[in-house]
Amino acid sequence: MTEGAGLISPVTSPPVHDRGGGSPERGGELHGLNDAQLLDIFKTMYTIRRFEVTMERSHQAGDLYGPFHSSMGQEAIPAGVCAALRADDVVASTHRGHGHAIAKGAELGPVCAELWGKATGYCGGKGGSMHIVSTEHGFIGQSPIIGGSGLLATGAALSFDLKGDSRVAVAFLGDGAVGQGVFHETLNLAAIWRLPAVFVVENNGYAHSFRADQMQLNPDIASRADGYGIPGVVVDGIDVFSVYGAAAAAVERARAGDGPTLIEAKCYRWRGHNLGDAEHLYRERSEVEEARRSDPLHRFRQAVSGRLEPAALAEIEAAVDREIDDAARFAAESPFADPQTALEGSF
Amino acid sequence: MREISFIEAVREAQAEALISDDRVFIMGQEIGSYGGVFRATQDFVRRFGEHRVRDMPIAEQSMLGAGVGAAVMGMRPIVEVMFMDFVACGMDAIVNHAAKMRYMSGDQLRAPMVIRTQGGSGTHHGSQHSQTLESWFLHVPGLAVVVPSVPQDVKGLFKTSVELEHPVLFVEHRALYRTTGPVTDPVAPIPLGQGVVRRRGDDVTVAAVGKSVHQALAAALEMEEEGISVEVIDLRTLVPMDVELVLESLSHTHRLVVAHEAVERGGWAGELVSRVVAEGFDELDAPPLRAGSKATPIPFARELEAAMISDERLIARRVRESLDLAEHSA
Ligand SMILES: Cc1ncc(C[n+]2csc(CCOP(=O)(O)OP(=O)(O)O)c2C)c(N)n1
Ligand SMILES: [Mg+2]
Repeated sequence: MTEGAGLISPVTSPPVHDRGGGSPERGGELHGLNDAQLLDIFKTMYTIRRFEVTMERSHQAGDLYGPFHSSMGQEAIPAGVCAALRADDVVASTHRGHGHAIAKGAELGPVCAELWGKATGYCGGKGGSMHIVSTEHGFIGQSPIIGGSGLLATGAALSFDLKGDSRVAVAFLGDGAVGQGVFHETLNLAAIWRLPAVFVVENNGYAHSFRADQMQLNPDIASRADGYGIPGVVVDGIDVFSVYGAAAAAVERARAGDGPTLIEAKCYRWRGHNLGDAEHLYRERSEVEEARRSDPLHRFRQAVSGRLEPAALAEIEAAVDREIDDAARFAAESPFADPQTALEGSF
Repeated sequence: MREISFIEAVREAQAEALISDDRVFIMGQEIGSYGGVFRATQDFVRRFGEHRVRDMPIAEQSMLGAGVGAAVMGMRPIVEVMFMDFVACGMDAIVNHAAKMRYMSGDQLRAPMVIRTQGGSGTHHGSQHSQTLESWFLHVPGLAVVVPSVPQDVKGLFKTSVELEHPVLFVEHRALYRTTGPVTDPVAPIPLGQGVVRRRGDDVTVAAVGKSVHQALAAALEMEEEGISVEVIDLRTLVPMDVELVLESLSHTHRLVVAHEAVERGGWAGELVSRVVAEGFDELDAPPLRAGSKATPIPFARELEAAMISDERLIARRVRESLDLAEHSA
C-alpha cells in the first residue's frame, strides 16, 4: 500500500484475502492530522460500528423491519473519505449506507428513526434503511439500484461545475456495481468533463454471494480507471489513514478542476449480505473470523498509539454509547409515521 | 392432489422446462449456487449444471439483451430479474429488442424468451424494491404478460410460456411465494388469454390477477355476510386479456370493479374498463370502477404503505360504491 505522493499511480493490489496481518506501520504517517481530527475520525468509526450493532439488535426486538445491510468492518472508508471533505461537499451512497450518512454528519436520532419507520426520521419514514437523505449534511441519498450512486454524484458534480462552485461530489459504490454498464458510462462522463467527483468503490470481497474475482476476470477495480484516462488508486480499506490519504488527494484534484479519481478500498463484509442471508452457502465461518481479525478500529488504535491517550479514546467510546442510547430513545419515543403524509410529497 | 407452495411451483415449472427442452437455460443474479434469493432455482446447478444455470454479474441490460441474442439463434432463455423494479435497468432489451424482433425482421427472427420477475409491496423494501409494473408492458406490442395467482397456474402458464415463439413477461408477487395450493400431476399447459371464475356471485364482478385475486376473494367473503354477492374473475394473463369472460360475467352482475396493486392511474384496469365500456356498454348498470394504489411511490413505513396500497378493504369499498352503498372517493 502506498502513501502520500505515491497514491495517484497505478497500483497492483493484493488479493482480497491478503492484508498482511495489520502491522502498526501499515497506516504509515498520520497525514499531519491533529489530535482533534484524529479523535473525530475515531469517533466516526466507533459510532458507525456501534450503530450497526445496535440496529441489527433492534431487528430482533421488532423495531427495525425491512431489509438491513450492515457496514460492519467497513467503517474506515466512510470515516477516512468524509474526513477529507468539506461540510458543503456531497455524498451519494448505496444500499449499505448507514455509515456513509453518519460519516457525512447525519444525526443518529433521525437516522435511527428513519430505519424504524418513525415520523421523526430524516424522510419521515418514507425512505427507510436504503433511502436515507439529509440534504442539510450533504448526504444526497442512497441508490439501492446498484450503480445509481455514481451518476447521482456525477450530476451533482456537473451542477458544481456549471455554477462555478468549488464543491466536490463523492459516490460510494460496491464492487458489484462494476458489473453495471452505468458504471462505465459514469466514469467516462465524469472524466471527459473533468468533473469534481470522486468514486469510491468499497471492495468488500463480495457482491451478495459472489467474490469480485468470480464476476470480473480483472479483479483490480482501480485499474479500470486507465480505460477512462483518470487516476485509479487502491487503498487498504481497513486502514483509515490510507483511505484518508487517497481521498484527500482525490478531493484536492477534483476541487482544482483536474477531474475525477477512482479509489478502490479493499475491505471485508463482516456480516451477511443482509439480515437472513444464507451465508453458509458461499463462505466459511473461518474465512469471516480470519478477516475480522483485521479490524479497522484496532488498526486505528495501533496507528495512534504513542500519540493519543487510551483514556481519550475510552472517553469517546463512552460518549458515543450514550449518544446511541439517546438516539434509540429518541426513535422509540417518536410517533410512527402519520398515514396522512403518505399521500403528500409526490405531486 | 399434491399441495405445494407458489415458489415450489415456480421451481418445478422451471426444472421441468430445463428437463424437457435442452434449448432452455436460465440467467440471473444469485440463481446458481445460492439457489435464488427467493429459492426459485434451489439445487439447479447440481441438477442442470452451471452452463445452463448461469449466474450473472449485476447487469440487467446484459442479461436481457444477451437473452434476446440467444433466443434469436434458437435458444429458449429464462431470464430472472431479481426485483421487478430492476426491469427499468434492462428496459431497452425488452421493449426495443425482444418485443419487436419478430415483426421488424419480417418473421426471420424470433425472441422466444421468458422474463421472470417478482415484485410487490408488503416486505417494506422501500420505493425502489416494491413496485408492481406489469402495466408498462401492456403498451408494448409483441410481449405477452402473465400474472399467476396459484401454484397450478404457475406451472400451467409457465409450460405454455416457454414454448411460445415470442417473449413473455412472467410476473410473480412475492407475498404469494409461501401460499400453497393443489397441483395436478402433471399440470396441463394453460393457454394464455383464458381467465377463470374463482368465485360465483350475482351482484358485482371483480376482475384481478395475482395477489389481488386473493384479496378480492377475501373481500367477497367478508361482504357475503352483508348479503353482497361478488363474482371474482382471475384473468391470469394481461396480454392477451380475456375480456370475453368479463363480459360474460357482466351479463348477470352488470357491475364491474377491476383490482390491482399497481398504481391506479395508468394501470391496466383502465384498458379493461375501456374495452368493457366499448363492447359491453349495454350490460352496465353502474360505472366500472378501479381499485388500484394511490399515485405515490411506495413508502417504507408500514403505516404509510397501508395508506396508499390497494388492498381488500379498498376492493370492498369499490364494490359498495358500485352498488351505490358508498360515495365514490378517489
Ligand atoms: C440493479 C440492481 N440489480 C440487482 C440488485 C440486487 N442486489 C442488491 S445488493 C446486491 C449486491 C451488491 O454488491 P456490491 O455492489 O458489492 O455491494 P455490497 O452489498 O457488497 O455493499 C445485489 C445483486 C439491485 N439492488 N439492483
Ligand atoms: Mg461488495
